Amino acid sequence: MSSGTRISAGTWSALPVIIFLLVGFAAPLAAIIGFSFMPPRTFGFGGRPTFENYVTIFDSTTYISLVWSLGLAAATVIILVVICYPVAYGLVRVFGKWSTLITLLFVIPLFVSENVRLYGWLLFFIKNGVLLGSLKSLFGLDLESILFTKGIVLFGMVYVYIPFMLFPMTLGISMVPNETREAALDLGATRWQVFKEVELPLSLPGLMIGSLLTFVLAVGAIAEAKVLGGQQVIPIAHDIEIAFTYSQNWPLGAALSVLLMLIVGVLVLLALRRFDLDRFLGRR
Amino acid sequence: MQTRAVRIRHALIVVWTIAMVIFVYLPSLSITLASLTSSRYFIFPITKWGLDWWHKTLDSIQIHQILETSVIIAAVVTVISIILAFFGALAFARYDWKGRSWFQKVILLPIFFPQSVLGLALLLWFNAIGLQLSWQTAVFAHLVWIVPVVTLVISIQVYSFDPALEEAAFDLGASRLQVMREVTIPVLMPGIFSGGLFAFLLSWGNFPLSLFTTGADTTVPEYLYAKMVAGYTPGVPVLGTISTVGAVVILIGGYLVMLALNRRRRADAG
Repeated sequence: MSSGTRISAGTWSALPVIIFLLVGFAAPLAAIIGFSFMPPRTFGFGGRPTFENYVTIFDSTTYISLVWSLGLAAATVIILVVICYPVAYGLVRVFGKWSTLITLLFVIPLFVSENVRLYGWLLFFIKNGVLLGSLKSLFGLDLESILFTKGIVLFGMVYVYIPFMLFPMTLGISMVPNETREAALDLGATRWQVFKEVELPLSLPGLMIGSLLTFVLAVGAIAEAKVLGGQQVIPIAHDIEIAFTYSQNWPLGAALSVLLMLIVGVLVLLALRRFDLDRFLGRR
Repeated sequence: MQTRAVRIRHALIVVWTIAMVIFVYLPSLSITLASLTSSRYFIFPITKWGLDWWHKTLDSIQIHQILETSVIIAAVVTVISIILAFFGALAFARYDWKGRSWFQKVILLPIFFPQSVLGLALLLWFNAIGLQLSWQTAVFAHLVWIVPVVTLVISIQVYSFDPALEEAAFDLGASRLQVMREVTIPVLMPGIFSGGLFAFLLSWGNFPLSLFTTGADTTVPEYLYAKMVAGYTPGVPVLGTISTVGAVVILIGGYLVMLALNRRRRADAG
């Protein structure tokens, strides 16, 4: 064994995953970046590099899709923070031995394809479906369906991403020591003060991770708009898919993907830079 | 009174959580109801109940093939991801090594990434290196996302693992392989098991990665999507219900196995 080149057990263990991610993650990303500089409507790496695809994006109305995707994702995150917080708080502080079961109930939907669940909402909201059919037969009400609107797309996104917000948030809240809360209460802090000064700042890492994860996944969302939205909103991922399928313009699709990757990548790298994962995951 | 306020707040939290659980399961309920009607179109309240569409769907050879493809992909993904993620988790949480904090962040990147874009990037990559798309390329695509998730799941178990156990075994003269087999793997078994469960189920339900990488093979979520886009087909609610119930059964089965494993371990220890 030559001096200084001894490989530690940690490096050996990490090696298979690192090699796998180089081949399965880094290389495909490099491929898509490379492809975004190929001439439009070509299908190989043989062409002369060009910026044409990027120019096309900013000349066309595609940026509208990008704005929609970013806006819907931001709205999804805000709504999820509000509706998930009570549940996450309950999982840590209120439900006691029921927490495992309730967690399990929120995990199960993760394993059912989002298409299937969104299709369930379609059957729920559609005319003569579960909701409107019931209203009609019970009360004689004949209402219009709220399907195929922009609002229902946001509704679908909020629904699909619940677990991605809930679980990091729960981890975050469980990082707040109970003694600290009680000490604050004993010292005469009001409930609101405890929340603002103790619980919120200490559980912030979980909130941040949840928001980041939800935002990143929601920016790439496509099924909600397709299954529920009836083309009322065209998200950026849909534009990308169209470029790769119907219009057979792979380089344009690649350029759109690179734009999306840039936004997501900057956000993730900024957020993860200062994050202590040992502290976050290591607590039990 | 403080306690009364606390009680009211807790009651509100319970009510809200119950509402959220109902919210989460409403679509599954709608799909199940739709699968139990005999008519060509879904009209609620259901007037013609029946299992006709269940019989038709379960008799279809095409559906059998699709279910088989999904199960094979999920099974292969599970095996490979457990092996990779087991070592990945040791590097993540057990060993102190130079690149560790860097490694911890890099492995998160595929999770924090829009899956549809990842699927397309993989499609381009397979195309560039001349790979024919099939269920095998889909396995590879699923792994890119699932290996990091399983690594995190196993890591949480590794954090609670006492390295002194391994050291004691080394002191008693055990080889590296023996320590792995007799100490490390048994202690981490619950984490490995839940990691495997996650791997199988996440692969089973995945759509965005499969869409671009399966080639001529079709998985259940892909088939359902194609049918949904084409308009109402009564087979969709049936297969949707099967895929939901399948996930629940596997999860509960896994949970029971885990309880049994824990009990045996406690019996061994005591």
